[in-house]
Amino acid sequence: MSEHLDSAILSSLQEIMGEEYPVLLDTFLADSEERVRLLREALGQSDAQALRQAAHSFKGSCSNMGAPLLAGLCRSLEEAGRRGQLDGCEAQLEHLERELAIVRIMFRSERQRFVIGRS
Amino acid sequence: MPELKGDKGFITVLLAEDGPADRMLLATLVARLGHRVLTAANGLEAVALFEQERPQLVLMDALMPVMDGFEAARRIKRLAGEELVPIIFLTSLSEGEALVQSIEAGGDDFLSKPYNPLILEAKIKAMNRLRRLQATVLEQRDLIARHNGHLLTEQRVAKAVFDKITHSGCLGAANIRYLQSPYALFNGDLLLAAYKPSGEMHVLLGDFTGHGLPAAIGAMPVADAFYSMTARGYSPSEILCELNAKLKRILPVGMFCCATLLSVDTQRRLLEVWNGGLPAGYLRRVADGHYVELASRHLPLGVLENDAFDTSCDVHPLAVGDRVLLLSDGVLEVSNATGETFGEERLRTLLRECDEPARLFAQIQNALADFHGEAHDDASMLEILVSDEPISALPMQEYGKSWLISSQDWSASFEFRAQTLKSFNPLPFLLQLLMEVRGLRPRSGELYTVLAELYSNALEHGVMGLNSALKQDAAGFSEYYRQRDQRLSELDAGFVRFHLQIVPNGEGGRLLLRVEDSGEGFAVAEELARQQSPTSLGGRGMRLICRLADECTWDEDGRGVSVEFCWNAGA
Repeated sequence: MSEHLDSAILSSLQEIMGEEYPVLLDTFLADSEERVRLLREALGQSDAQALRQAAHSFKGSCSNMGAPLLAGLCRSLEEAGRRGQLDGCEAQLEHLERELAIVRIMFRSERQRFVIGRS
Repeated sequence: MPELKGDKGFITVLLAEDGPADRMLLATLVARLGHRVLTAANGLEAVALFEQERPQLVLMDALMPVMDGFEAARRIKRLAGEELVPIIFLTSLSEGEALVQSIEAGGDDFLSKPYNPLILEAKIKAMNRLRRLQATVLEQRDLIARHNGHLLTEQRVAKAVFDKITHSGCLGAANIRYLQSPYALFNGDLLLAAYKPSGEMHVLLGDFTGHGLPAAIGAMPVADAFYSMTARGYSPSEILCELNAKLKRILPVGMFCCATLLSVDTQRRLLEVWNGGLPAGYLRRVADGHYVELASRHLPLGVLENDAFDTSCDVHPLAVGDRVLLLSDGVLEVSNATGETFGEERLRTLLRECDEPARLFAQIQNALADFHGEAHDDASMLEILVSDEPISALPMQEYGKSWLISSQDWSASFEFRAQTLKSFNPLPFLLQLLMEVRGLRPRSGELYTVLAELYSNALEHGVMGLNSALKQDAAGFSEYYRQRDQRLSELDAGFVRFHLQIVPNGEGGRLLLRVEDSGEGFAVAEELARQQSPTSLGGRGMRLICRLADECTWDEDGRGVSVEFCWNAGA
């Protein structure tokens, strides 16, 4: 598909979820807004531990959903939080937000494709 | 056994995960495997759901808001108790620190993201197998505990029944010391002691093959026969015959009872010993401190048919202060840390080096404990000190009611001839008859002793013509009893007669007892004079008879004797 989404994982998810596949995509997208909000909040308060935890949780979701670049950016933030080195995290988070925007668009079209394919 | 939940492989799985997309994905995966899924978004919810639904397996995210997965895992493990509720942590294997933490919290396995459906299925299966294995182990442990409880109850009941049978024993006598575990019965060990009406003490130490209830079963009839026959005045040989026949009949092939039977006669200073298969006992002579070995010369009880069974006893003279020691195999088989057994050599050395005989028993006990390293209760041991203390309480037989009880005026005569004398002991029969007379009952012991003396004089010195002078020393003793057995087996003529007459006398009465024999008689006056010597051993027990009976007169030719017992109304 692209470097942004792993097509093998997506077809496996579709296989597992069946009719519920679009709901899973919606759920992830809604949750990701909340995750990014938490990351911003942690960074704004310079709370390294909170940043690490939020990044860790989001990383897990991203890897499950077949978004490797997004998962990689989460890992960098988690790593920075673990080391307590928050310099440069702002740029990283912006990078993550851009990547999420791309993934969001791709998931929406994936959703579209699935619904049309079914009807 | 109740059917275990999830026997068909389908179980309830609790899933705790705060990411909604991950939760949805995993719940779908688990449901597709056929399991029921409960979902929680944090640790606190997970614990509450666990308490409510008792799922069989938990999938737990490590980092969650409100309560994290580690704390939730600890609480769930605590709630689960002995039951194994596997917890699979949802975390990446690359994070060493988190792995350690989840194992410490009670985690059983890990699953990393992204989830792989095949690995998830394999892990749930493996954990489910483990869970059922644990459940089976618990079931079986509880089953074994229940069985063991049953067994102990049964042993208590059996022990209580056994104690009822044996309570009449005289193991508590002042001159007896013994060592026995309260549950020796179930090691197959048996220790019995009782007085004959004439005052001899019978002691039986038995060791059944095997352990547990099978070993204890044979003890009941043995104890029962031992006590009832001893109380009726039967001899060791007669008791052994009965025990052997009984055990041969009831015990399965391959089971038997090694035993030593003692008869300790403090009045006539005689020890009779029969040992079939037990380790040698010891008679310690007070005169020179030497030990006579009371070794096994027979097969155990319950092995041979009665016609091949040899009941002949070894006879030894006794002196006041002599000690008799009996022990079971368990004593010699006590083992130390390296598996070495105590053995006969160590015991002999201990006996030889003992310079304080009163402490011998305690010294052996201590030596066994030192050797073994702790108190040992699989061994039985007994020591009898020969004393001239009068026996305080002889057993009183409970006799049935009969017409003779109130009858006070009768006579009876018996003549026992050679073939009968060979194999029949008339004393229990005569004593039982005389015990029908109420006035004689308080004197049963004295009466039995006098009857026994008169009978053995009539049979051994009269009918068989044995010379009592032989019994001057230990060697002569053995010779005397060898001759006695030989002549008795060859006996083909002769008789012993008893004449019993009960005469009322006011409220009381008199027993006139006359004994005659077919022998050549003896010089009564000379013998009486000789027996005045206080050192005379054996002999015809004439002084004893005179002391116990109210009257006694020998016919001048020594072929008959008359004794008399009187009683008053209040007796």
